Amino acid sequence: AAPAMNCRAEVLEVSVEGRQVEEAMLAVLHTVLLHRSTGKFHYKKEGTYSIGTVGTQDVDCDFIDFAYVRVSSEELDRALRKAVGEFKDALRNSGSDGMGQISLEFYQKKKSRWPFSDECIPWELWTIKVNVVNLANEQERQICREKVGEKLCEKIINIVEVMNRHEYLPKMPTQSEVDNVFDTSLKDVQPYLYKISYQITDSLGTSVTTTMRRLIKDTLAL
Amino acid sequence: AMDTDLSSQDRKDLDKFIKFFALKTVQVIVQARLGEKICTRSSSSPTGSDWFNLAIKDIPEVTHEAKKALAGQLPAVGRSMCVEISLKTSEGDSMELEIWCLEMNEKCDKEIKVSYTVYNRLSLLLKSLLAITRVTPAYRLSRKQGHEYVILYRIYFGEVQLSGLGEGFQTVRVGTVGTPVGTITLSCAYRINLAFMSTRQFERTPPIMGIIIDHFVDRPYPSSSPMHPCNYRAGEDNGAVYPSVEDSQEVCTTSFSTSPPSQCVFTVTKAHFQTPPPVVTDTLKVPVMGLAFSHQLSSSRLSYQPAALGVGSADMGYPVLFAGGFNAAHPHQLIGPSKEGGVPPIPSQPAHGTQADQERMCTPLDGVHYSAATPSSSEDTETVSNSSEGKSGSPHDFLETIFIRKVGAFVNKPINQVTMANLDIPFAMFAPKNVELEDNDTMVNPPDSPETESPLQGSLHSEGSSGSSTGNTHDDFVMIDFKPAFSKDDILPMDLGTFYREFQNPPQLSSLSIDIGAQSMAEDLDSLPEKLAVHEKNVKEFDAFVETLQ
Repeated sequence: AAPAMNCRAEVLEVSVEGRQVEEAMLAVLHTVLLHRSTGKFHYKKEGTYSIGTVGTQDVDCDFIDFAYVRVSSEELDRALRKAVGEFKDALRNSGSDGMGQISLEFYQKKKSRWPFSDECIPWELWTIKVNVVNLANEQERQICREKVGEKLCEKIINIVEVMNRHEYLPKMPTQSEVDNVFDTSLKDVQPYLYKISYQITDSLGTSVTTTMRRLIKDTLAL
Repeated sequence: AMDTDLSSQDRKDLDKFIKFFALKTVQVIVQARLGEKICTRSSSSPTGSDWFNLAIKDIPEVTHEAKKALAGQLPAVGRSMCVEISLKTSEGDSMELEIWCLEMNEKCDKEIKVSYTVYNRLSLLLKSLLAITRVTPAYRLSRKQGHEYVILYRIYFGEVQLSGLGEGFQTVRVGTVGTPVGTITLSCAYRINLAFMSTRQFERTPPIMGIIIDHFVDRPYPSSSPMHPCNYRAGEDNGAVYPSVEDSQEVCTTSFSTSPPSQCVFTVTKAHFQTPPPVVTDTLKVPVMGLAFSHQLSSSRLSYQPAALGVGSADMGYPVLFAGGFNAAHPHQLIGPSKEGGVPPIPSQPAHGTQADQERMCTPLDGVHYSAATPSSSEDTETVSNSSEGKSGSPHDFLETIFIRKVGAFVNKPINQVTMANLDIPFAMFAPKNVELEDNDTMVNPPDSPETESPLQGSLHSEGSSGSSTGNTHDDFVMIDFKPAFSKDDILPMDLGTFYREFQNPPQLSSLSIDIGAQSMAEDLDSLPEKLAVHEKNVKEFDAFVETLQ
C-alpha cells in the first residue's frame, strides 16, 4: 500500500498536550496548504488563464505560544478544522495512550474508461505523528506552551525547506483538466486536490486500519 | 555572456520580477514586525496590482525606503538587499535582532522559463517568507512592542553586515529561486541571545550595552537610511495626510496559457478610477490607469493620468502606519511612544521628503496629465531594466497599462514598439502601432508539447487593437492581435496561428459522447441480423479467402 512511485513523503512529529492538538495540526496543515494553493484560475480563450489573488492572515494560538499564517479562505479553514476536530476526537476516545497520525495527501486524478473508476495518484504526502502528553500542573503546562511553540517553529522551517526544493508539481492543467489537479470548489482560492485522513495507534503500537484502508483503496481506485 | 540565451523580453521581465520581488520582500518583513496581525483578502478575480498573485499591501514609506536603498539597482552578486530589524528601548539602547538578506549568486539556470516558472517560484518564496517571518524570535518580541521598546527596520543595499547580531547567531533559509541570470536566495540571520528571553526578562535587564552606543555612527554606511519604526500609531484624531502615491502598484496581471509557447498573452485589467482619500493605500483595490502612453521607445516624456489609489479598508485590520517624518540628518529623533504615553503628532508632510516627494500626492482624476515638474529624487527612474529607456525626471508613480507585443521572427509588418519607461508590469506588451521589431524568440518552441507549462503564451484576438488611450473603461481586458511567424495563406482564410488556435482544442468526437454513441449502437444492433444474413450467404467466399491466408 505504498503511495505511487514518485510521491514524496514527509513526516513530522510533535508531542503536545490534549488541548493543543487542534492548533498544532491546523498550524502545520495551513502552512502546507499556504504553499499548495493558488488563486482561482480563470480560463479564457485559446487556453490562456489568469490567476486570482491569495490573501493571507495571521492566526494566534490560544494554547501554544505560537502564531502562523494561513490562506484567507473561510471554506478552507472550515474544512481543515472539521478534519482536525475529528482527529482530535478520535484521539481522545481511543484510550490513554493518545498516539495517532494525520495525513495530508496531494493527488492528481486520472480519468479512466468505464468500467474503471478514476485513479487518484498521490504526488505528495505529509504525515504528522502526534503524541499526546498529560501534564500534572500549571507550571508544566506553561513550559509546554513555550516548548511546543518552539517545536512548531522548527516544523514550519522544515516545511518551508521541503517546499523550496522545487520538486515535482503537477503540470498546469488545461481547462478541461483543471479538476484533475486542483480543487476548484472553493470560491476564493484553489488548492491542489488534497485529502486528509488519520489513524489512531492503539496501545500496542499497531495501527487501527480502517481509515488507512480507505486511503489505500482510493489510491488504487479499484 | 550570461544572458546571451535570454531574450531581451525575458530579461526585462526578469528584472521587473526581481525588482518587485525585492519590494514585496521588504513589505512582508516590515509588516511582520509591526506588532499587529496582518490580514488580507483573497480575491478570485485578479485586480491587476497583486504581484505574484498574493495580496500583500504596500506601505508607501516602506516602498520609498526600499527604493531609496536600491537606487535603481537590483540584487546581484555582492550586492544584496538587506532588511535589518532591531529593537530600541525607551531608554535609547538598541540591538540588532535580525538581518534578512536577499542575495543573488552566480549559479544560473538557463533552462528555466522566466515568465512562468520563475514568477511562480517567486510567489512560492514570498509565501515561505510570510511563514518564516512568524517563527523567528523577533516576531514574538515585535508583537509585544509599544511600551518598553519599539522595533525598527533599516534597509540597505550592498554587503551583508552580520556583526551586529552578536555571537552565535543563527540563520534560517527561506528559499531560493534559480533564474537564467543567477540564483536568488532569501535568508535570515538572527540573534539568539534573545531566544530565551521573554519580554518580562527583557524589562528587568540593564541596558543592553554598557554604554549607549551611537548606533548610527558605527554604521559602515553612515549616510544610509536611518532606522524606522515598524509600527507607529497615529492619534485617532490625527488627520495626517500620508504621501500615498504608490508607484509599486503597477499592473501586474498575468495571463498564463497552457497552449504552446509560440505566442504571448498579456492581459491587462483596467479598473475603475476612484477619487482617493489620503490614506494608506491598499494594493487590493488599486485601480490601474487607462491606456495612456507615448509612442516612442525612449521617450522621456510620458503623460499619465494620475492613478487613483483605493482606500485602505479599515476592516483589513491593517494598522495605521507611520507616514514619514524621519529626519535623516538626526536619526536619533525617532518618533516613538513617549514616556507619558501620549503620542506625538505626525507631521503632515514627510520631513525629509524632497520637493518631488511632496508633489506626489494623489490628485483627483480630472483627466489632468501629470508630468514631472522636478527631477525625481529618490524615486528611481525605472532604468532598472532598460538603459535604452533611460528617462530622467519622470516619476513613475502612476499606474499605466502598457501593451508590448512579442512578434514572431518573420513577421512582415514592422510593428512599432511602445515601451513605457516605466515597465512595471511583468509582461509588457506592444502597442499595435509603431512597434519596433524585436528580434525575439516566439517561434522558438514548436507546438509539439501543447501541455507545456509556459505561461503567458497563448494568443490574443484583436478587438480593434489600438492601444490608444481611448480604450473602453468598462472593458476589463484589451487584447491585441498577434501575428505568428508565417503569413496568411490565401487558400485558407486563416493563418497558421489562427489555425492552430482553433484546432488545438477540438471538440470531443460525437461518437464518443454517450447519447450519440448509444444511439448508433442501437442502430448497429438493429442492423445486425441483416448483416449476419448477408455474411452467411457469402460464407463460402469467406472460407476460401481464409484458406489463401494460411
